[in-house]
Amino acid sequence: MSARDTDWEGVRLHVVTGKGGTGKTTVAAALALALASGGKRVLLIEVEGRQGIAQVFDCPPLPYAERRVAVAPATATRPGGEVYALAADPEHALLEYLEMFYNLRHAGTALTKLGVVDFATTIAPGLRDVLLTGKAAEATRRREGNKHTYDAVVMDAPPTGRIGRFLNVTAEVSGLARVGPTRSHADTVQKVISSPETAVHFVTLLEEMPVQETLDGIAELAGLGDGGLQAGGIMINMVHPLVLSPDQLHAAASGSIDEDELALELKAAGLEDTRQLAAALAAELTEHATTVTGQRAQRRRLAGPGQPRYDLPMITDGIDLAGLYRIAAALRDQGAA
Amino acid sequence: MPAAVPPPLDVDRLIDDRRTRIIVCCGSGGVGKTTVAAALGLRAAERGRRVVVLTVDPARRLAQSMGLSALDNTPRPVPMTGKASPRQRPEDSAHNAAPAGGSLHAMMLDMKRTFDEIVEAHADPDRAAQILANPFYQSLSSGFSGTQEYMAMEKLGQLRRADEWDLIVVDTPPSRSALDFLDAPQRLGRFLDGRLLRLLTAPAKLGGRAYLRVLNVGFGVVTGVLTKILGAQVLKDAQTFVTALDTMFGGFRERADYTYRLLRAPGTAFLVIAAPEPDALREASYFVERLAVEGMPLAGLILNRVHRSPAARLSAVRSLAAAESLQPNGDRRGDEPQATSARAAQAPNSLAIAALRLHAERMQLAAAQRRLAEGFTAAHPLIPVAEVPAQADDVHDLAGLRAIGNSFRTG
Repeated sequence: MSARDTDWEGVRLHVVTGKGGTGKTTVAAALALALASGGKRVLLIEVEGRQGIAQVFDCPPLPYAERRVAVAPATATRPGGEVYALAADPEHALLEYLEMFYNLRHAGTALTKLGVVDFATTIAPGLRDVLLTGKAAEATRRREGNKHTYDAVVMDAPPTGRIGRFLNVTAEVSGLARVGPTRSHADTVQKVISSPETAVHFVTLLEEMPVQETLDGIAELAGLGDGGLQAGGIMINMVHPLVLSPDQLHAAASGSIDEDELALELKAAGLEDTRQLAAALAAELTEHATTVTGQRAQRRRLAGPGQPRYDLPMITDGIDLAGLYRIAAALRDQGAA
Repeated sequence: MPAAVPPPLDVDRLIDDRRTRIIVCCGSGGVGKTTVAAALGLRAAERGRRVVVLTVDPARRLAQSMGLSALDNTPRPVPMTGKASPRQRPEDSAHNAAPAGGSLHAMMLDMKRTFDEIVEAHADPDRAAQILANPFYQSLSSGFSGTQEYMAMEKLGQLRRADEWDLIVVDTPPSRSALDFLDAPQRLGRFLDGRLLRLLTAPAKLGGRAYLRVLNVGFGVVTGVLTKILGAQVLKDAQTFVTALDTMFGGFRERADYTYRLLRAPGTAFLVIAAPEPDALREASYFVERLAVEGMPLAGLILNRVHRSPAARLSAVRSLAAAESLQPNGDRRGDEPQATSARAAQAPNSLAIAALRLHAERMQLAAAQRRLAEGFTAAHPLIPVAEVPAQADDVHDLAGLRAIGNSFRTG
C-alpha cells in the first residue's frame, strides 16, 4: 500500500497547541482521527488533567491507561483505523518512572501519601513537564516486535503561552540534574521532540490575540532545544465560508447596502414587514462584513511564517462526533494527515 | 417545561455601590475576561468611581488602547478620551477627568517584580540580595505554576492597602482552570510553609523522622528519591531559601490567608465571565459551586460574546426557506455542508439570498448559545446573568470598551 502524500510525512509525534478558547482539544482529537484512517493506530494524549478528550469523544473519564476511544471511518478504498487515548498526569508518570528506573513502585505509594510527589513536581516545574513529554516520547518510540505500537501520537499540549517552556525539556531540567537518570531521560525526550519526527501545530482563530500568540509561538520554537523545534501547520479553526461576493462585501462593509432593493427581494420571497426586515438584515450584513474584513487581515498575518495553513469548518450546532469527523475530513482533504 | 430565565445581573448597581471595593473577574481562558474587566473599569470610572484595573497579560492592542505600553507593575492613569457623552466638551475629555471625580488607572502585573518587591520590603539589603540570587528562588518566582496567581492576589492586597482607589477590578491570570487562582496562593503558601519542606530542610529534627516511620518509609528513602530525581543542589537551594525567608516574615501561608480573607470580606464581589460555549460554561459552573463552598460573594455571571439578531422574529427555518425560494432554477447549492468552500467560487448569490442564509446561521448559533445558557441557569437558577453581545471586531480602543460597557445598561 503506497502512502498518501501528506504535508507531515515522517512526523510521528504531533504536538497540538493554541490559545485557550481556540478549540485545541477538538482539533487534536480530529487530527488523531484523520491520522488513524487508512488502518492506522493513533494515540491521543492529554496532559492538563481536564478530561477534555473524554468530553470530545463523549466517553467516561479516562484513566492513566491507554484506551480505545474511537474508530476512524473505513471507506471504499481505505480500511478504518483506531484512536486510543490517555490522560497523562505527572503523579502517575513519576510513579511509573520511579518503577522503571529504581524499582520503587511500593515506596512510590507511600511517597504519594507523604506528598513527596506533589513536592517534587512543585519544587521543579521542569520535572513535571519532562514527565509528561517523556510519556509522549515513550509512546512514540514504543515497539511491539519490529513495528511501532502507534503509527502516530497526538499530544493535546498546554496552551501557546506555555508551550515553549513545556517543550524545552533539557533546559528546564538542566538546573536540576546535571548527570544521572533524570538527565539522560530528559536528553532522550529532547532528542525525540527536537527530531524531524515531531511537529508542533498551532490552532488559531482569525482573531488578533490567537493569531499573535501563534506567530510568537512559531518564532519561539526556532530557539528551543538543540537547533530549534519543527513548526507544524497552522490550523485555522471555525472558518466561516464566504457567502458574499467582493462587491457585496464592499457594500456591506461600507454600510452602503441598498435597503430598498433588499426589501423588494425579501417581498418576492414572500416575507412580511420587509422594510424593517431589510434594515435589520442590512445591519447583520454590515456586522458580518466587518468581521470578515478583520479576519482577512489576520489571515494575511498568518501567511507570514510560511507554514502550511488548514481551514477547519465552523460547526454551528455544537461539536458532536459528526462534527469531529467533519473536521477530521477537512484535515485529510487539505493534506494535514 | 418553560425555559429557565435567570434573574438579571445589574452591573451598574454593582459598580455604583460605593461599598463595592473589589471586583474579581474570573473564568477560563479565551472568554474575553481581560476585555470585560477593562470595560467594567472604564464604565465605573465614567460613572464617578476612582478605579484601578489590575490586568494580567492583556492583548497588545488592548493594552495600548488603555495607554499601557510599558509593563512596569505600577498603576498608570488611563486618559479617558473620546467620551461619547454629548455634555462632555472636547477640552474636558482631553485629560484624565471623568464626571464627578471618577478616574481610571490600569496596571499590568509583573509577577517576578512583585515577588522581588516582597523580598526587598521585608529583608535587609544583604539578605534580600542573597535571596534574589538563589537559584531556587529564581525558578520559583518565574516558573512555579501558582506564582502568577499568588502575585496577582498579593498585588490586590497591596492596592487595597494603598487605599488610593475606591474600586479595584482584578482580571485573574489565564489559568488552565478558573479555579487555579483560588487554590494556587494557598498551595504555594502551604508548600513554602509546609511540613515536608521543613522536614527535608531540617533533617536533624527527630520528630520529623518519627513521622516518617509511622508511614513505614525510611527517611533515607525519601531524601534519596528526591536527591535522585531533583539533584542534591536543588534541595540545598530550597533549604537556604526557606531559612532566609523564615527569619524574614511570618510565613507565606499567613500572607495567603490574608488574601483569602480579603476575598471573603464584605465589599468584594466575584463576577464569573464565560462565553456561551460548553467548556467555558462548564468551568463557570464549577467556579460558581466552588465560590459557594468557600463562602465567597458571587455577584453573577457575565456571558460574553452572545450572538443575538435584530431580526429575531424571522426564524432560521423560514429564513432558509425564503433564501431557497429566491434561488433560481431550484439550485440548492450550499445546502450540504461540504459545498461551503466551493460555493464562493461560483456565481454570487443575490444579496437577499446571502443575507437570509447569514441570518439563518446567526439564528442557529443564537439558539445553540441560548440552550447552553439555559443549561447553566437550570443548574444555578439564582445566579444573575448579564449578557455582552459579540463584537464584530477585536476591541482595540476605549470606544470599543465603552461599547461593551454600554451593554450593561439596564432599562
